[in-house]
Amino acid sequence: MTPQARFAEISRNPLLSPKQKSGLLALEAEASIPYVAISAAVKQAMAQGAICDMFEGHAPFKPRYVLPDYAKYLKNGSEYLELAPAQDLDEALNALTIIYHHVPSVTNIPVYLGQLDDVLLPYCQGLDDDTIYRKLKLFWIMLDRTLPDAFMHVNIGPTDNIVCRTILRIDAELKQIAPNLTFMYDPAVTPDELLQIAASNICECSKPHIANYPIHASTFDQQGFGIVSCYNSLPLAGGANTLVRLNLKEVALQASSIGDFFTNVLPHYCQLTFELIDARATFLHQESNFFNSFLVQEGLIEESRFAPMFGIYGMAEAVNILQGTPDFNEDSLDKPSNHYGHNAAANELGHQISKALDAIVKSTPVKFGYNGRALLHSQGGMNTDRDVTPGVRIPYGTEPNPITHIQALAEHHQYYTSGISDILTIDETVKANPQAMMQLCKGALKLGFREFSANVATNDLVRVTGYMVKLSDIARYKEQGSRTNTTSLGADAAQNTNILARQPRVVAHELTPAHSK
Amino acid sequence: MGRVATVNNIINFSCVDGPGSRLVIFMQGCNFNCKNCHNPYTIDMCDSCGDCVASCPANALSLTHNAQGKPKVEWHSELCTQCDTCLSICPKQSSPKTRQYSVPQVLALIRKQVFFINGITVSGGEATLQLPFIIELFQAIKSSDDLSHLSCMIDSNGYLATNAWQQVMPYLDGAMIDLKSWQQQTHRYITNRDNHRVFASLKLLAEQDKLYEIRLLHIPGVSDFDSEIDAVAAYLKQLPASVRVKLNAFQQHGVTGEARLWESCTEQQMQTLAARLTERGVANLILPNVYL
Repeated sequence: MTPQARFAEISRNPLLSPKQKSGLLALEAEASIPYVAISAAVKQAMAQGAICDMFEGHAPFKPRYVLPDYAKYLKNGSEYLELAPAQDLDEALNALTIIYHHVPSVTNIPVYLGQLDDVLLPYCQGLDDDTIYRKLKLFWIMLDRTLPDAFMHVNIGPTDNIVCRTILRIDAELKQIAPNLTFMYDPAVTPDELLQIAASNICECSKPHIANYPIHASTFDQQGFGIVSCYNSLPLAGGANTLVRLNLKEVALQASSIGDFFTNVLPHYCQLTFELIDARATFLHQESNFFNSFLVQEGLIEESRFAPMFGIYGMAEAVNILQGTPDFNEDSLDKPSNHYGHNAAANELGHQISKALDAIVKSTPVKFGYNGRALLHSQGGMNTDRDVTPGVRIPYGTEPNPITHIQALAEHHQYYTSGISDILTIDETVKANPQAMMQLCKGALKLGFREFSANVATNDLVRVTGYMVKLSDIARYKEQGSRTNTTSLGADAAQNTNILARQPRVVAHELTPAHSK
Repeated sequence: MGRVATVNNIINFSCVDGPGSRLVIFMQGCNFNCKNCHNPYTIDMCDSCGDCVASCPANALSLTHNAQGKPKVEWHSELCTQCDTCLSICPKQSSPKTRQYSVPQVLALIRKQVFFINGITVSGGEATLQLPFIIELFQAIKSSDDLSHLSCMIDSNGYLATNAWQQVMPYLDGAMIDLKSWQQQTHRYITNRDNHRVFASLKLLAEQDKLYEIRLLHIPGVSDFDSEIDAVAAYLKQLPASVRVKLNAFQQHGVTGEARLWESCTEQQMQTLAARLTERGVANLILPNVYL
């Protein structure tokens, strides 16, 4: 298809809003700029799917993630935006609403909205609880309706304060997809009762994510950090200039043995990844003119606080390939297994790979990094991925029970300084027992999880009440259920429904980086 | 002295067996024979007749004999595919897939996930048939500095005699008791036992502030909580206000025999029963959050 034909197709698409069309047309234009200069080896690694630039564009003119110092902005006002320092909560919320539209990211929607309790508390003095509630609720609705992206992230905690509590209350009430929410937990600071509110919210709406504050804080300097997008932790007043990810499954397929993997193949592909990182970051920092932005001039971000994220994915497949373990199939699901996530030796090999990656990333200088280095990241996947599992996760549908799941992966977390997301699926019975959710969260953080993220399954019937359910019966029920569903719905009807559905208003833009027909 | 329990299964994360997150030990063996039992293979102890051995498609069962020539069915869990063929073959409603655990072994398991749980629950089968083991286990938990914060609960059919309850009482944080039916006759029809001792257990536990939850299983047309609604409501109201009244909806799956013909309890039927209890002043009702 010629570029013109693709543009025309996007412009006529019945499923996209005008704004979504503009965005996709811009992506197409970016994709027609010549790619930054890279070696033939990197090109080949990208073509074979071993290294991926996350569809960030051929020549990046904005950082992937930007974390402005919003507290400084409210305190100083902005010459560029012609705003005086904020004097009260109304002015503070208004100023934030304005600047969010000037904070770029890979999706053009800001991925970081600030540590909002710290940022807003100075402007809440003298206001009663109800006033704060009403103002923040309108703000929350505005965010969802004007910046509809599930990766747009607000941070709160670890201290107990009225803004933190009010945001938790509003978030559970509104159950919006946006903004996303991270609650920082510090066992030395956060009262259990506040953590229990956050854990109860997870049962209500699978938010917030609970971040292990002491671990994150010790990774970064005094200036601080933020959790943005899909659980990336990055320096405050900085961010990520680029994210390049390495497909460990493809790397493992090139290795003749476990020894070969560690000694030759993994280091080789890491070097190629670094080459792509440097090429992309160099364009951004030296040619794009991004760092002339008012955000830099007014001191809201600093060029030296941007780091490349060295992402990895496909750990599960890599381990199974290196150990010669056959793929999971329906027969092997319930058996004691040799697979990653289920077997001590497989898990241990995974931990060794993470450790090796950590050593490489910590010892390899990059041209534009945080303290001269990239930050290792367990990448959460994209919807274009096929037969490869995000990050270091256990393949979906094969996860063991939540505690075994956490125990299998906890060891990895120490290495992934710029974030790692392991989503635990917990059956619906937890909804009536938020205390269980809190205890699971505490256990995970105690074992070294950087971030606790839980999804409450809505229809999986593991155990219904105080009795055990036989797996064989469950399987039979499911089979009958699915047959009935297919008959009653009709494949054609379902397909038609999909075709007629418009794109949802609120989406996760990072997951769908390119226009696909 | 090292008591050993026969255990059908251990689950390390449960949200439905008491307060918070719990490790649950399902003991093998029950003294009731409920027609509606969802896990009938936990009722009887395996007598090593060996009938299941040949049926196992994974060769995960074998029959051995000790020096005295006494037979023993061995279960090789590493080969087992959990197809449950052995359970359907067993002439005794038992299971060859049980394990023996000593108290130190269970404590080691608990320590492995102590950060993740609020407590442990012994269930079954009927846990109290192995009461001496439970007492030893609870005692050990309560006297270990790293475990003493864990709550110790028993999930029971309530048939245990009151003097036996007294023995475990010092180490017990709470009990969940099933009341299978209101009328003696109905209870006998469903469980093969009378319910005098169940009421005695409920009374004792309530007096001692150890009754965490009473569970009523509603089987439309079979159980009698709806036809005896006034008496049931009056009884529930005189229990301490903290006692959770959990209504369970009968579901067919897992059951064997004539209970297969009983209709499942729908959400509507459950709501109706709950509304009638509420009208009569019963508070603290807990309804199922999932219906099959």
